[in-house]
Amino acid sequence: MEIIQPDYQVRYDAAASTVSCHGSFRLAGEEYKAILDLMLAAADAAPPLLTLDVRDLQFLNSSGINTLSKLILHVRNKKVSGVLVQGSKQFPWQEKSLINLQRLLPALKLEIV
Amino acid sequence: MEQSFGEFVEPQEGDGEYLKIGFRPSSITLQQRWRNNGLSADFLAGYLSTFFPGDDNAATARQAEIKDAISFIANELLENAMKFSFASSHHTVTIEMFLDADAVRLYTANGITPEAVAPFQQFIGKLLTSDTNELYIEQLERNANAEGDTGSGLGFLTMINDYGARLAWNFSNLAESPEHTLLTTMVRLPV
Repeated sequence: MEIIQPDYQVRYDAAASTVSCHGSFRLAGEEYKAILDLMLAAADAAPPLLTLDVRDLQFLNSSGINTLSKLILHVRNKKVSGVLVQGSKQFPWQEKSLINLQRLLPALKLEIV
Repeated sequence: MEQSFGEFVEPQEGDGEYLKIGFRPSSITLQQRWRNNGLSADFLAGYLSTFFPGDDNAATARQAEIKDAISFIANELLENAMKFSFASSHHTVTIEMFLDADAVRLYTANGITPEAVAPFQQFIGKLLTSDTNELYIEQLERNANAEGDTGSGLGFLTMINDYGARLAWNFSNLAESPEHTLLTTMVRLPV
């Protein structure tokens, strides 16, 4: 499953239980629905470990933060999967804001390299 | 009548370095405008970064951090200004950036309806008196049960919590027809 747009791409690799995000997420609130649906489908497959790879995500607006948070809260409510979030120091926002996902789900593993 | 919340500093043009961009809200649709928000925010961020030359590794990292912060903050301010701007307002939506010795100040100004004033001032009161880290988590938990975007102030909370920014607001009643209020939002980012 994937969403390909000029400014951003989202891919769900079911075999690797990984959702990867690329480009810039600066959509208006309701425009995130397709991305959220893809992410929730990945969580609903209930893998032991779901990986969210945002290393190539240059920009995330607050509606995007809300979308990633909805995924994490969905996983937390289902209580079947662990979560690994992969970030990059290349984009300063990641070190500042990804930690908040861990506050929603303390067992979440955050790797920022 | 004017009312300020937080440590509001008037934007004084002609006072050091500044840059101002104006938009006519009604000239194109909100959807078309959305893309423009990102371009404007990135332009402001890129413009400012020239004042923080990246001569060595530490300076390059600082330059990237400031650029990234301005890009996020300016984009959020513009998204809010466009989203909540009063459609019948004749006022141009503006974004201004001032460079001080130890901070960058960003301002957006947009017209809002008289009905929008009280609920927003109530939210500002909460933002200025609550533990913003707790408020952030509360809002996310609440949003998870809501469809779409609830206009929850998550952008403001991110600026405060993640970027160490200080926010302030000014409301100014405009004696124009139709009656509306000019809202100026100020974000002060230490640099």
